[in-house]
Amino acid sequence: MGVFKDAGHLFRFTGLFVLAFLAFLLIRGYVVPKTFGQYGHYRAAAIGEIAGRPVKFAGHKACEDCHTDIVDVKMKGKHAHVNCEACHGALAKHADDPTSMTPTKPDTAVLCARCHTASAAKPTGFPQVNPADHSNGVPCETCHNPHSPAIDGGGAK
Amino acid sequence: MSGVEGFMYPNEIELQWSVLIVLYPFITGLVAGAFILASLERVFLVEAVKPTYRLALLTALAFLLDAPLPLQLHLGHPERSPEMYFTPHSTSAMAMFGYVYLWYLMAVLVLEIWLDYRRDIVILSRKSKGLLRLIYKVMTLGSSNISPRSLAIDEKVGWVVTLIGIPSAFLLHGYVGFIFGSIKANPWWSSPLMPVVFIFSAMVSGIAAVMLLYMSATKMRRKAIDMRCVDTIAMYLFYIFIIDFSLEMLDLIHRIYEADESFRSLNFMVHTRLYFSHIVIQIFLGTLTPLILLFLTQVVKLTEVLRKRVYATSGCLAMIGIFAMRWNVVIGGQLFSKSFLGYTTYKMALVTREGFLVAIGLTILPLIFLWILVKLLPPWPEQSLHAPAPGD
Ligand code: HEC
Ligand code: HEC
Ligand code: HEC
Ligand code: HEC
Repeated sequence: MGVFKDAGHLFRFTGLFVLAFLAFLLIRGYVVPKTFGQYGHYRAAAIGEIAGRPVKFAGHKACEDCHTDIVDVKMKGKHAHVNCEACHGALAKHADDPTSMTPTKPDTAVLCARCHTASAAKPTGFPQVNPADHSNGVPCETCHNPHSPAIDGGGAK
Repeated sequence: MSGVEGFMYPNEIELQWSVLIVLYPFITGLVAGAFILASLERVFLVEAVKPTYRLALLTALAFLLDAPLPLQLHLGHPERSPEMYFTPHSTSAMAMFGYVYLWYLMAVLVLEIWLDYRRDIVILSRKSKGLLRLIYKVMTLGSSNISPRSLAIDEKVGWVVTLIGIPSAFLLHGYVGFIFGSIKANPWWSSPLMPVVFIFSAMVSGIAAVMLLYMSATKMRRKAIDMRCVDTIAMYLFYIFIIDFSLEMLDLIHRIYEADESFRSLNFMVHTRLYFSHIVIQIFLGTLTPLILLFLTQVVKLTEVLRKRVYATSGCLAMIGIFAMRWNVVIGGQLFSKSFLGYTTYKMALVTREGFLVAIGLTILPLIFLWILVKLLPPWPEQSLHAPAPGD
């Protein structure tokens, strides 16, 4: 039995490991969500929570019903395939009840630059400018109609 | 676009992996290398390197404690990192790495150091006072049995732990290489040689680091450097360096001969953006120069003073070379577009969370850890403690 006595400290070290492992299991039981792993490597309850969130975007169809004038302009311009809400932001609330909130007008200096600032990563065919050189701080809508931006397309103000 | 030449995909323009991700494999490499040097004495019975045995173990621990910090600073949500342990993802190499790290830290390094120092800890817990006494007492785990039998058991168990530790050290650092080597989409990384090259370069940097630490610490303590020990370490450094260099050249020649669709792009990168860090620093300054210097010490009989200088110089150069190698792997792999049509640049920030100053701090921090560990657990051979007289 002497061996066990002289190896006693090793059992203490092992005991420390076992304790740490039990603590790990205990914490794990608390912090890992109950529905984790039900379908895959994620929290299953997250699906319901996300589905339950209010819808923020109304979609192009919704705008078409009321803003026919703008839709007509946009249909003929180069921005025909750019969604209204890509520029105006999520407007589901406005589409549900227009009087409840009036959308603010986008700041074109920020908005247009977001898509049209020249970058090596963009396909060469995509229209791009260096905003500082191109307009020198003048708001883009001074010269371009946001809904039909091409200058020669008759869309200019 | 600043620093971009040709075509880059949008997500390639900014580098995602910064200098901290360069530091990370460098630091784990030092851990693995230092441990393997320690195992030379323990398992391969190279008596000459005994004076560095304990220092190598403490160095490995100090750097291992530092190793996760660059990763934590890189993460957007560091507080979520424990989830890696709580919900293990078996098909993600990066996620499983947490277990490799923990295994190596607790089951190998801490256990081996504890077994090796247990006798000293018990003696120190009797000799010291106040807070220190408490710290040592906790470290004994409440067992003050240092009978010859128990120490003999420690010796045997320690040997086994070291034996398990060698593949574990290989695993720790091979894993880092594996994570890069298995990225199929990146031709600069994707190579089955990557883990092997990482392991050997780790040994080079770890051995060089312990040699430098031993020499400078001994100088600071105004003691004589054990030349037999340093000569032996330098010899091993030389041999392992040759293997490391051959493997790297093998990788290079293989790429050149294979010349697959990525080759033109990578070749251009090595000759332009990576020229300085890859050809000049890594290969000429950090590999060939120390190799030639170490070769000289092996074939020419140099005086002791000269040998020390040559060892110190080649040790420093080797560390620089291995750091450059990590840099060229991590940063180099992100400088070219996966379309092979363009190149970007890495601009290191100065004071951001992943900037230069943080990187410097994380390089100094392990030395502070080491200083504390050395104060707590003196590794110097001449300070071996004598047990108090029986009857204590
Ligand atoms: C139910 C009809 C209706 C729908 C659907 C609708 N709007 Fe409106 N919208 C209006 C009315 C009415 C106003 C004027 C409200 C006001 O002036 O307070 C308005 C105002 C606006 C304005 C502000 C005009 C200004 O002068 O500042 C914008 C921008 C706008 N809508 C965009 C949209 C977009 C984008 C959509 C699609 C997501 C949309 N609207 C859907 C009826 C609608
Ligand atoms: C390319 C971005 C862009 C798109 C796409 C876009 N808009 Fe606009 N819209 C603007 C900007 C910018 C203004 C503000 C113009 C100004 O300040 O004079 C504006 C103004 C408006 C106004 C205010 C009235 C006016 O003519 O100034 C309405 C209403 C409107 N948009 C509705 C729509 C609808 C509906 C759609 C989708 C059919 C749409 N917009 C698509 C950028 C856009
Ligand atoms: C959501 C991204 C987006 C935003 C925001 C946006 N655009 Fe565009 N723009 C486009 C796309 C897409 C096209 C069509 C490109 C094509 O036809 O290849 C386009 C086309 C154009 C063109 C036509 C160029 C030509 O070939 O004649 C001009 C001018 C233009 N945009 C100006 C603007 C201005 C001014 C604004 C700000 C009011 C703006 N854009 C905001 C995406 C955007
Ligand atoms: C002073 C008037 C003016 C202003 C302000 C202006 N533009 Fe233009 N822009 C033009 C004219 C004129 C053209 C067409 C001639 C040309 O291609 O240079 C044009 C062309 C463009 C084109 C198409 C370029 C191409 O290669 O097809 C884009 C994109 C564009 N503008 C974006 C913008 C953006 C974004 C802003 C705001 C930051 C802006 N513009 C402000 C006058 C203006």
